[in-house]
Amino acid sequence: MAQITLSNLRHSYRPDPAGDDDYALKKIDLTWEDGGAYALLGPSGCGKSTLLNIISGLLVPSEGKILFDDRDVTALPPAKRNIAQVFQFPVIYDTMTVYDNLAFPLRNRGRDEAIVKQRVTAIAEMLEVTGMLSTRASNLSPDNKQKISMGRGLVREDVNVVMFDEPLTVIDPHLKWKLRSKLKELHQRVRATMIYVTHDQTEALTFADQVVVMQDGEIVQIGTPVDLFERPAHTFVGHFIGSPGMNVLPCDVRGGAAFFGGEQITLEGPSGISGDGKAEVGIRPEFVSVSRTGGGIAAHVRKVADIGRHKVVEAIAHDSRIHAILDGEAPNAGDAVMLDFKQSQTRLYKDGWLASRPEGGAL
Amino acid sequence: MRLKSLVPVIYILFLMLPIYWLVAMSFKTTNEILAGFSLFPQTWTLANYTAILTDPTWYWGYINSIIYVTLNTIISVVVALPAAYAFSRYTFVGDKHLFFWLLTNRMAPAAVFALPFFQLYSAVGLFDTHIAVALAHCLFNVPLAVWILEGFMSGVPKELDETAYVDGYSFPKFFVTIFLPSITAGVGVAAFFCFMFSWVELLLAKTLTAVEAKPIAAVMTRTASSAGYELGLLAAAGTLTIIPGAIVIYFVRNYIAKGFALGRV
Amino acid sequence: MKKLNQRAWLFVTPVLLLVAFNALIPMMTVVNYSVQETFGDNLFFWQGIDWFEQVLTSERFHKALGRQFLFTFLILIIEVPLGVAIALAMPRQGFWVPFCLVTMALPMLIPWNVVGAMWNIFTLPDIGLLGYFMNHTLGISYDMTQNPLAAWVTIVIMDVWHWTSLVVLLAYAGLVSIPNAYYQAAEIDGASNWAVFRYIQLPKMKTVLTIAILLRFMDSFNIYTEPFVLTGGGPGNSTTLLSIDLVKIALGQFDLGPAAAMSLIYFAITLLASWLFYTLMTMNDNKS
Repeated sequence: MAQITLSNLRHSYRPDPAGDDDYALKKIDLTWEDGGAYALLGPSGCGKSTLLNIISGLLVPSEGKILFDDRDVTALPPAKRNIAQVFQFPVIYDTMTVYDNLAFPLRNRGRDEAIVKQRVTAIAEMLEVTGMLSTRASNLSPDNKQKISMGRGLVREDVNVVMFDEPLTVIDPHLKWKLRSKLKELHQRVRATMIYVTHDQTEALTFADQVVVMQDGEIVQIGTPVDLFERPAHTFVGHFIGSPGMNVLPCDVRGGAAFFGGEQITLEGPSGISGDGKAEVGIRPEFVSVSRTGGGIAAHVRKVADIGRHKVVEAIAHDSRIHAILDGEAPNAGDAVMLDFKQSQTRLYKDGWLASRPEGGAL
Repeated sequence: MRLKSLVPVIYILFLMLPIYWLVAMSFKTTNEILAGFSLFPQTWTLANYTAILTDPTWYWGYINSIIYVTLNTIISVVVALPAAYAFSRYTFVGDKHLFFWLLTNRMAPAAVFALPFFQLYSAVGLFDTHIAVALAHCLFNVPLAVWILEGFMSGVPKELDETAYVDGYSFPKFFVTIFLPSITAGVGVAAFFCFMFSWVELLLAKTLTAVEAKPIAAVMTRTASSAGYELGLLAAAGTLTIIPGAIVIYFVRNYIAKGFALGRV
Repeated sequence: MKKLNQRAWLFVTPVLLLVAFNALIPMMTVVNYSVQETFGDNLFFWQGIDWFEQVLTSERFHKALGRQFLFTFLILIIEVPLGVAIALAMPRQGFWVPFCLVTMALPMLIPWNVVGAMWNIFTLPDIGLLGYFMNHTLGISYDMTQNPLAAWVTIVIMDVWHWTSLVVLLAYAGLVSIPNAYYQAAEIDGASNWAVFRYIQLPKMKTVLTIAILLRFMDSFNIYTEPFVLTGGGPGNSTTLLSIDLVKIALGQFDLGPAAAMSLIYFAITLLASWLFYTLMTMNDNKS
């Protein structure tokens, strides 16, 4: 068990990187607390798998250091780091039984058979695979295979961190949530640091205490699921998380106030921008209310989608598209409506980054 | 690590040594060969090659071989295509047995068939024709081609066929314009293997020919037995038989690993 | 699910006709000969199973069969491990891969009698590269027209030269199809090189190795041209393998009855052994 520190990390797959564009990881400074449940969230190609492979030791970073507690492990091979990794599709040793699969990491380290037996039995019980211990691993279903690969990671009691690289990709949808809650439960029992890489926001938000959002080789925000939802630090996070994502509207800033199509938008608090210029207003669809009469911004409804428990209204105001999520009755397409933004959830973004502050709050 | 990278190098050297010796021998004069050992040709001569390329019995041997190998490759692949499609797409009475029976023909020792083949092809009046050798080689090439093509075709999703039918394609049009282009690699690999096994086989080719369609390999045996000292000539002829194989293999080099796994890994 | 479609027979008919013409008619001829005796002039007499008895009890057949099994055994025991070892040592990517594949495949594309002739030239005691090297540089007496052991070593090495690449290419195809994650997982699990080979590479190569072993078995068991050109079955009968003996009887002595009976026994042994190999190697798949 250890705290993992990434310091000044940069990585390029080219031998001779010239500009920032040549780097898969631009500059990463990050600390993973011991025993935390983290998710690493970002679109495909954002560098999250690269980062994972650097932590596990499968890749050596071009620049920077990795510390496990105070020990520099940058140059250590994976086997020496006491880490575990679960891959996108289940990696199991076909010819071995489930028992031998789980015992493999321990036996490779020359552990006593008695300890092996005790650990394997304990892990098998946790994963609910005790009944399968003597079957050949190749005969298992994909979700059980993936459980076995997780088990191989957890079987060593001294493991520093367990990493999951999109582990539910090949699992049937109805089994996904089962495995996910199993993972959450395992984390609570084992208390090992876990890093879960995914491009699926639901997986990230349900698994992790802390979510790290990455884009283009950079970390854009680290926070709890609630933070990410309510106060996205960057419009990218606003877009990426939530369905539909945050509405981002172009606006002009004059004298500290934001104007959308000439109409002033009341922000959560101080705009945080001195001077005039272009900026963006961000508001989640969940916090936009729609009425036929009343105050707000005039708009017309372009379409309404019924997605079961609620309806998504797409309206146009000042040539911009604004989504709203409604629980009750919704207008029809073509209706003229008024849109009202919930003040405490209305944010201002400058160059993509969050600028506004809550009333009375610090930045 | 360095030791490991030496292994393929040593192996390739081992493979090249006898070939080098054959090529070196082909450039030596008969006098030099008979005089004793020399690592490199002391006086380079093209006489052996000139002899082959100006003597009709020699160069017709090459032309004969190329004719029946080409014929065999075309027949094998064309016949195997619909059969492989049937095996990869349909279930029908006896399909497994039929497939297995086809493969057993790959196991028959050519020596077993030499004499009956001679009689069969004499009886139907095809003895000493190119088509006879081409047809005889179908015995082991057609099963192989069916096997390889079936592997590649099974890799093409069945939805492709269904979409085409929904779009109103007739079967022949679908097969030629949509399905074939999606398995070109497989056709290439199958053709390569048919070429290879037809090109290297001698026993049947020799048995089924006398003069008109005599393959190059058989011309060589005649030389080897009747004029044992003409080593230079033999070496030159041998060197020339390596060239077509080398050319063909160069063209399929990117598919070769896959082809050897017969699309079934 | 595949469609049940009896019209599929239409698609396989050309193959069926072609292979049946080539396989069934000659096979029937062979069966016909095997139960009859002839004194020429197309006069045949019913002979029953006499020829089979004669072949099965003849010492000559036993010896040829024994030599054949020894040859095939040596070929498999050398070529399969060697081929796997070379495949493991080959680079997985880069410029050298196509080069290696092309040069390694080259021996397989040389006509079989040229292979025999090439090795003959290569091993001639005084003017062959290998023969000269053995006799004059190392001072080891080496002449395969005189010494049965030398003849055996030469035909085995020739076959290793000719066909090991088949095993290499098949094993290599199996190796490159292993996803990288397997190696990464093994590295994290602390597996040794041997464990990686034993538990990842070998199991993943199993399908292709089954094909390789079957092909090598069938082809080495049926081998004729290369050793015939190289040694002619000699010195004496020391390298007279089954096919060589069969052709001697059939075309040399024109003893059609015994040759036909021997052909059928030969074919039956090949089939039986191939089936045994295949069953043994796929047995584990069907268990549990």
